[in-house]
Amino acid sequence: MPEDIVSADTQQKQGDAGSSEPVVVVEGVSITFDVKPVLQDISFTVQRGETRIILGPAGGGKSVLMKLVNGLMRPDTGTIRVFGEDVTRMKEKDLFMLRARIGMVFQESALFDSLSVEDNVAYRLHEDRVPEEEAHQRVVEALQFVELEHTIAKFPPELSGGMRRRVSIARAIIAKPDLILYDSPTGGLDPITSTTIVDLVVKQRDVTNTTSLVITHRLQDAYLLARSRFNTETGKVEPIPNDGINDTTKFLVLNEGKVVFDGSTQELVHTTDPWLREYLS
Amino acid sequence: MPFASPENFAKQTVASIQGYSTLSWRAITNLFSRPRYWADVYTQMDSIGVGSMPIVVLTGFFTGCVLALQSATSLQAFGSVSLTGNLVALSMVKELGPVLTGLMVSGRNASGMASEIGSMKVTEQIDAMRALGTDPVRKLVTPRLYATVFMLFFLTILSDTFGIAGGALVSVALLGLNGSTYFHNSYRALQYGDVVQGLTKPLFSGFIIATVGCYFGMNTKGGTQGVGKSTTQAVVVSSVFIIIVDLLVTRAMIGIFGR
Ligand SMILES: Nc1ncnc2c1ncn2[C@@H]1O[C@H](COP(=O)(O)OP(=O)(O)O)[C@@H](O)[C@H]1O
Ligand SMILES: [Mg+2]
Repeated sequence: MPEDIVSADTQQKQGDAGSSEPVVVVEGVSITFDVKPVLQDISFTVQRGETRIILGPAGGGKSVLMKLVNGLMRPDTGTIRVFGEDVTRMKEKDLFMLRARIGMVFQESALFDSLSVEDNVAYRLHEDRVPEEEAHQRVVEALQFVELEHTIAKFPPELSGGMRRRVSIARAIIAKPDLILYDSPTGGLDPITSTTIVDLVVKQRDVTNTTSLVITHRLQDAYLLARSRFNTETGKVEPIPNDGINDTTKFLVLNEGKVVFDGSTQELVHTTDPWLREYLS
Repeated sequence: MPFASPENFAKQTVASIQGYSTLSWRAITNLFSRPRYWADVYTQMDSIGVGSMPIVVLTGFFTGCVLALQSATSLQAFGSVSLTGNLVALSMVKELGPVLTGLMVSGRNASGMASEIGSMKVTEQIDAMRALGTDPVRKLVTPRLYATVFMLFFLTILSDTFGIAGGALVSVALLGLNGSTYFHNSYRALQYGDVVQGLTKPLFSGFIIATVGCYFGMNTKGGTQGVGKSTTQAVVVSSVFIIIVDLLVTRAMIGIFGR
């Protein structure tokens, strides 16, 4: 069974590697909890290799939107296609296979408290019955990526908030997903730790060109993400020279369940929308 | 909590019953397809079975002691104190062993399951599990269900045994009865139907404990406060269910075996 998943998975990857179809297509999605409309008629697309920053005030439905994209919730109306498959109508069983291609970092990290850092990061590999030695090797690599090799034997409650977030990133990227969903990776962290997390997102973006969705409510982090690049020679994240902007990074701004902006960094900076100008200032 | 209108209340009740039934059904049938999480089954068996042993042994033993004392006083009125062994054995095996073990394990493990799964739910660990491609019912509920049913069966036998032993101790030490008469009477009192009845009950109780505990855990809302609420509800609901189902099983068994 796990072998089946893996082989089906690689076939799929080859199958749509050449196509230019967007990775995520959200069309007319609405969802209401009890009587409160949380998302209303949301539509946007995310192209292959794009990094889509989702901005907006707290409680605006950003996390709900991300869970909808991963099929963890279903919308009341509208469709969401991920890798061309409609996640709003798929059976949970099929979703599990689709999710093998998606990595997700949860708002509060959502590490398994009862498992060590190694087992947390290796969770997906253990599920796929990857041999122990190979799994360990890949865990070490993933932890090196987030610069936390020394925590491998620790348990999540022993880690700081920023470290937990980084372990969560390691867990999300270990299976080399084709889409990464970061839900508020910098939320609740101090500015310095936030910067290290943004650097990781930049590194992941520039090294693998993986399509990703990044939620944040902090404008500084969003701009930092758009204006930085990973220098493969120095191995460090640095500002793009001459005030340059990463052109695969796009923005989606949500407010009170509606899309108020969908476009590039340039367009966002030069917007004329009064609410948006107020929010950005 | 504000008072719900009768219509909403009815809707919620139907939704809960539906949710509970679906969860139970999926938990049972998951064992018949892969992947199966045997390691989790063994962990749960250890935590439920081995972990509950002291509490089950103690309650069984002292219940047997007190049963012997109580029945001896009543039997004295008829001049048949020697039948104490019969009464203790029948009461322990048919009724008190299964029910008390069920209630004890419910207090210990239905609450444990509700709070453990509930905390995972409110900290998004359940969603994280789904995002990592694992069915949480398969990974969390199914192992708990099978482990509880399996272990409760043996815990009940343990409780029965210690209950009869406790009765023996009281009969010999306090009532001055002959030990071998006590055991002989106990053994003779028990018929096939009694044993079947006593060993069918834990199968139901185990099912109730695991499914109710996991159901409340999986449906936890509202942070740590919500976890506390689910835990309490799980114990209350599973305890009440155990006693109601005990009545139903007893009635059915009387219908089948005539005693
Ligand atoms: N499972 C749920 N049940 C009921 N309401 C929810 C649920 N998830 C989110 N909400 C509500 O949806 C709104 C948006 O939440 P969220 O997406 O977390 O906002 P944010 O943009 O800060 O991530 C909030 O008002 C929240 O209370
Ligand atoms: Mg959020």
